Amino acid sequence: MNFWTDPIKLAFDGLMGLFSSWGMAADAAAVVINLLGIVGLISAVMVLDILLVWVERKVVARFQDRLGPNRVGPWGILQPFPDIIKLILKEDITPAGADKVAFNLAPILSLGSVLFLWAVVPLAATIYGVDLNVGLLYLVAAGAVGTLSIIMAGWSSNNKYALVGAYRMVANMISYEIPMVVALLIPTMLAGTMSIKGISDFQLEHGLFFFLTPLGALLFLISAIAELGRSPFDLNEGESEIVAGFHIEYSGMKFGLFYAGELLHAFTFGAFVGVLFFGGYAFPLPWGATNAFVAVFNVLFKGMVFYWVIMWVKYTVPRIRIDHMLAFNWKFLVPVSFTLLMVTAIFHSLLKDTGFWPYTLGMFLVNLIFGWLLLEMLRSRGRAEREQAEAPSTAAQAAHH
Amino acid sequence: MGAQILFFLCAALILISAIMVVTVRNLIHAALWLIATLFGAALLYASLDASFIAVVQVVVYIGAIAIMFIFAVMLTRRELLIKTDQTNANWPLALGLSAVMLVALGYVIGGFGVTLNTTPAAIPAGVDPLTLLGKALLAPEAYVLPFEVASVLLLAAMVGAVYVAMNKK
Amino acid sequence: MIPLSWYLFLSAALFCIGLYGVLARKNAIAILLGVELMLNAVNINLVAFWRYLDPTQMGGQVFAIIVFAVAAAEVAVGLSLVISIYRTRGTVVADELDMMKW
Repeated sequence: MNFWTDPIKLAFDGLMGLFSSWGMAADAAAVVINLLGIVGLISAVMVLDILLVWVERKVVARFQDRLGPNRVGPWGILQPFPDIIKLILKEDITPAGADKVAFNLAPILSLGSVLFLWAVVPLAATIYGVDLNVGLLYLVAAGAVGTLSIIMAGWSSNNKYALVGAYRMVANMISYEIPMVVALLIPTMLAGTMSIKGISDFQLEHGLFFFLTPLGALLFLISAIAELGRSPFDLNEGESEIVAGFHIEYSGMKFGLFYAGELLHAFTFGAFVGVLFFGGYAFPLPWGATNAFVAVFNVLFKGMVFYWVIMWVKYTVPRIRIDHMLAFNWKFLVPVSFTLLMVTAIFHSLLKDTGFWPYTLGMFLVNLIFGWLLLEMLRSRGRAEREQAEAPSTAAQAAHH
Repeated sequence: MGAQILFFLCAALILISAIMVVTVRNLIHAALWLIATLFGAALLYASLDASFIAVVQVVVYIGAIAIMFIFAVMLTRRELLIKTDQTNANWPLALGLSAVMLVALGYVIGGFGVTLNTTPAAIPAGVDPLTLLGKALLAPEAYVLPFEVASVLLLAAMVGAVYVAMNKK
Repeated sequence: MIPLSWYLFLSAALFCIGLYGVLARKNAIAILLGVELMLNAVNINLVAFWRYLDPTQMGGQVFAIIVFAVAAAEVAVGLSLVISIYRTRGTVVADELDMMKW
């Protein structure tokens, strides 16, 4: 029974007994075991990352009506390994005039900023790196390190395309941080805690946050896609104008680190959508509350689902122009997120004592009405702009006749 | 013991990178060393149980302020190419003044002697400093007024910055 | 354990390094970097005093947060002034900005 609920504790005790029998002091042994745990978690995540390369290539192939990798192993599942061997064997170039330290540090920071995130993902009731009471802010802070890595890469490459890509990416990430933080404030407010494990546990008793704040979940997903720099927000790469953006000068495994970081980042944000808005580790299989293995499956499964949603968006929507991207954030997402936060706060305090069903249905209804009003406003605005755009042409046509 | 090792590592990181900030010639490197200093300070805050301050330090300083510095250096890039000194003629005087300041501050702090605590105060059981901080920031009998004034200041600074840096054509 | 005075010495040293940067640097952006170091020294003091004196009184952390806001405001205004001056005068060397001197 203990094995199913808390395998980590069991492993810890077992290793502790082993190290003690070797004559190691208790606190030294604890440090060593914790280090082993960190290495184990990072290794597991990186192995998952190798698999993600295959998933991404296979899914994009299906979207584009191709087969994708299908030669190495069953369904081409071993394809990432030849990819990795190729990347390692490639020549490792540091361009002339590059700032060597910053150039080599940037890919490490880029992947590191994603791996930092896994420290706070609650994989099960008993399996998590650390239960920070400022977990959601930590998520934003790791994003700040990612921004830093991109500007370092863009600047140190000594290449104007790289610099333009880095400028665009930083403008993108800093702008979209605001709706993301506000979208994260909604679960914080509803659960009364910033701890990601606390939010996950809160949903066990009070239902999924997706039903309380569907628009908040959507806002988080949109700003997460922007934060990732994936299409339609992939101006940082913009193959047709700036070739590959900030990582244009990177070759071999250094490029591989950026690539692996991007894939893992997308999956990690997928997992965060699942944990923050879709019930953490006890949904869709409710045994996750007590069984650690089912819980890990739940988290990874939801991560994959939302990773798939992010890929779906990426391979469907074309890239938007930079002024459109910034206007969409500052003139639409930021005001909408602040209004949504206030509306949610007001109705949360009005409805919270009315019992489970009135509260959940009321919050869901409020979100539906809010979303409908938003769509109506956008529609009338779009109609007005279209009429304005069409008006001179009809006048010209009338004059012509 | 472990806490002392951690303190010395953080202090070494902060001081060495701070010295690099004020001495390196390339300003982008100075900004990157500033990030190292700020990161060391964030580690120090985390070791002092001020988790919120530590994370906000990373978000605000590294994620916004340091990035703004790097942008500003890039936008004024021609200055980087000048291979002259980065210090003005008065630098020996500045060094002397800072040294005197350091000695004076050290003398004052040393003079406090036994009146300073040698161990951190105990955090009472069941008290979460984060909750207290949230209440203190928004309670009328605590710090809501300074907090609101700070946000008005930030708004005014933001509007002013946009106005000043706007390219008036 | 770590006595409070160690934090104070660290913060004093950081403050003096920042002071040197402010006084000795030529480039206006580098001067602002020095100011950031000094503000951080203040913050280390505030947080250390909060932790060592009475962790239930949140004054130290609250003022650390206000210092963050002030630092952000200072950098935003300062850097926009630097960029504006760079556009009109073509320099960011503080010594050369002497139009008001006679």
